[in-house]
Amino acid sequence: MNKVGLTFKGGIHPPHHKEHTENKAIEVAPIPKEVVIPLTQHIGAPCDPVVKVGDYVKVGQLIGETKAFVSSPIHASVSGTVKKIEKRPSPSGARVNSIIIVADGEQAIHESVVPKGKLEDLSADEVKTIIKNSGITGMGGAGFPTHVKISPPQDKKIDLLVINGAECEPFLTSDHRVMLEMPDKIITGTRAIMKALNVDKAIIGIENNKPDAIKVIKDAVKAFSDINVAELHTKYPQGGEKSLIYAVSKKEVPSGGLPMDVGVVVQNIGTVVAISNAIETGMPLVERVVTVTGSAVKEPKNLLVKIGTSFKDVIDFCGGYSEELGKLINGGPMMGIAQYTDLVPIIKGTSGILVLNKMDSIPPEPTNCIRCAKCIHGCPSYLQPLMISKNALMGRFDEAAGYNALDCIECGICSFVCPAKIPLVDSIRMAKKEIIEKRKKSEGVKG
Amino acid sequence: MENRLIATSSPHIRSHDTTTTVMLDVVIALVPALIASIYFFGITAAVTVALSIGSAVGTEALIQKITKQRVTINDLSAVITGLLVGFNLPPATPWWIPVIGSIVAIAIGKQVFGGIGNNFINPALAGRAFLVASWPVQMTAWVNPGSVDTVTAATPLALLKASSETIQPLTDVILGRIPGSLGETSAILLLIGGAYLLYRKVISWRIPVAYIGTVALIAYVTSSFNLTHTAYHIFGGGLMLGAIFMATDYSSSPVTNKGKILFGIGAGLLTMIIRLYSSSAEGVTYSILFMNVATPLIEKYTAPRVFGTGGVRK
Repeated sequence: MNKVGLTFKGGIHPPHHKEHTENKAIEVAPIPKEVVIPLTQHIGAPCDPVVKVGDYVKVGQLIGETKAFVSSPIHASVSGTVKKIEKRPSPSGARVNSIIIVADGEQAIHESVVPKGKLEDLSADEVKTIIKNSGITGMGGAGFPTHVKISPPQDKKIDLLVINGAECEPFLTSDHRVMLEMPDKIITGTRAIMKALNVDKAIIGIENNKPDAIKVIKDAVKAFSDINVAELHTKYPQGGEKSLIYAVSKKEVPSGGLPMDVGVVVQNIGTVVAISNAIETGMPLVERVVTVTGSAVKEPKNLLVKIGTSFKDVIDFCGGYSEELGKLINGGPMMGIAQYTDLVPIIKGTSGILVLNKMDSIPPEPTNCIRCAKCIHGCPSYLQPLMISKNALMGRFDEAAGYNALDCIECGICSFVCPAKIPLVDSIRMAKKEIIEKRKKSEGVKG
Repeated sequence: MENRLIATSSPHIRSHDTTTTVMLDVVIALVPALIASIYFFGITAAVTVALSIGSAVGTEALIQKITKQRVTINDLSAVITGLLVGFNLPPATPWWIPVIGSIVAIAIGKQVFGGIGNNFINPALAGRAFLVASWPVQMTAWVNPGSVDTVTAATPLALLKASSETIQPLTDVILGRIPGSLGETSAILLLIGGAYLLYRKVISWRIPVAYIGTVALIAYVTSSFNLTHTAYHIFGGGLMLGAIFMATDYSSSPVTNKGKILFGIGAGLLTMIIRLYSSSAEGVTYSILFMNVATPLIEKYTAPRVFGTGGVRK
């Protein structure tokens, strides 16, 4: 096993906390009594409902769609009756239009769910269509529609596909377990995207704190000379798109650009598995693997959960809360979003639920910046977080833009390392919003 | 779910480092040199340092109380300033020298500008510069280590400058058995403290290495490639204390990597210009103060290259 591993400059080594769940096999969570399926689970246009209150729906049935290209359709994850269509809190923080289905427990499968044939017999366009119609989005968190990501403009030649198995967020082990338990699906999904993109090279990047996953995936790719496994140095944010591309190819995605600008497309492990399911069984994206962990959950687990199941149902299945709840997070501790209620549903981008007790949740008191430069050394975008933050807090957004605030990927390292406990990334986020707003306005004036 | 949940934005975990742990590491790194000072110069050294630390912490608390700010003496930064003021004084000095030095350091060097993190010059050096300008006689009353009387002795650098034959042997210079400021004499123990700070990642190697390296290079060249002469320049004065503990002050030195190197080179250059061409035998204090003032300018021109702006591209 490669001890050092491929990597990028900057980054940090937060405590892993993966020991709670990394050796626990994926369990299938029970079908909930009710699911709440938001019509926006992705970046792009929200979907419109195509079912009415009172309709009977089956598993895999299309229930929401839109004509917009940058969007992704929504399917029923249970069979049952549509009870309501109304705004409900979603883990993104907003209240979004959602379809509430009362499950009948039958899990009757919809007629449209049929195997799509062998990958060899499908054309690139057919694969893209399957991915689009199956509602597949990036499952690492951001939720960008996958069919858009694999349809680059004509002038962008893609020559490398990178599968992101880094799972650098502390606590999370869902991708790790998927790699151990479903290597064949990962290979099928990877080959499907290679076909759709017409690339002849793929790299599966895995952090070297998961030697078992590296071994399993290496064995699985033996038959395919065009798929390689890259052993990555265990360092946060190794799974950040730009850091990962740099680690495996030494290419820097240009400032303000996208991976396709250097000829690369990155896909998450969960996404690849969803694509494999969509082709082999015809089942659209209606379930995913979620790590439920943290200091205030009784029995941390890795679970296969129906989209739309509430956090509460999932945590109850894990034995409930072990002590007074402080924070409930959709995702990992570095980039996840804190929830204000446990009645939010699991969506396509929910890789984990982090349940923290009171003690772990109280934010520390910030003091003066001592200019120790730890934030500079940690920043994977080579920014000077202290300078951006200082200018942003004084309302000097042009200066903040001069320090390349827009290149911030919001990984949270600056806030994490700060000995003065300054929430640097908060003020940088604010600066980014202000700068973008200002640019839109000035463009509007010109136009 | 009656209880409100805490919904702050990410990240939801923080490192264990705090300002206090960082400052405590600096204090720990200075302890070996402090013990050596007490061993070489006796109990008066301990009294001087106690007075300077007490005055520094007291001044900070008093000012923060008067101006109704949160009292932050628990962050230990005033302890370091006090320690460094004491380290920069002659061992046998009147009691009021450390007291005034620390008051000036904290009040004018630090609190006037907004306290920790906002001082644009090193507070301890500001205090020392004030003392040297005001009481030059008391501030250059050097004594030999272990001497019971306070017969004024000459520092190695003064003897070097005068090309004296009676210069102390180099081993004494490295160990610290020489006349000089209380905490600056034991080069070897200051180096050990520096190694600890590097290991704990409190300081980077850049400023000390660039600073000491520049001094060494200039001393070597200007002494017609005399290694012994060079060694006296490196170990015989305030360079180790200055390069490892004062030039690396976070607030008053650049945050950028390239900037740190420039800062070190600049301080080394100025130190040697003062040592070689002025009437003074020592130049560490003023060279660091000069570079402190240049820090914002250095930072402006040494910003790191942002990821994706001109690196390896396709």
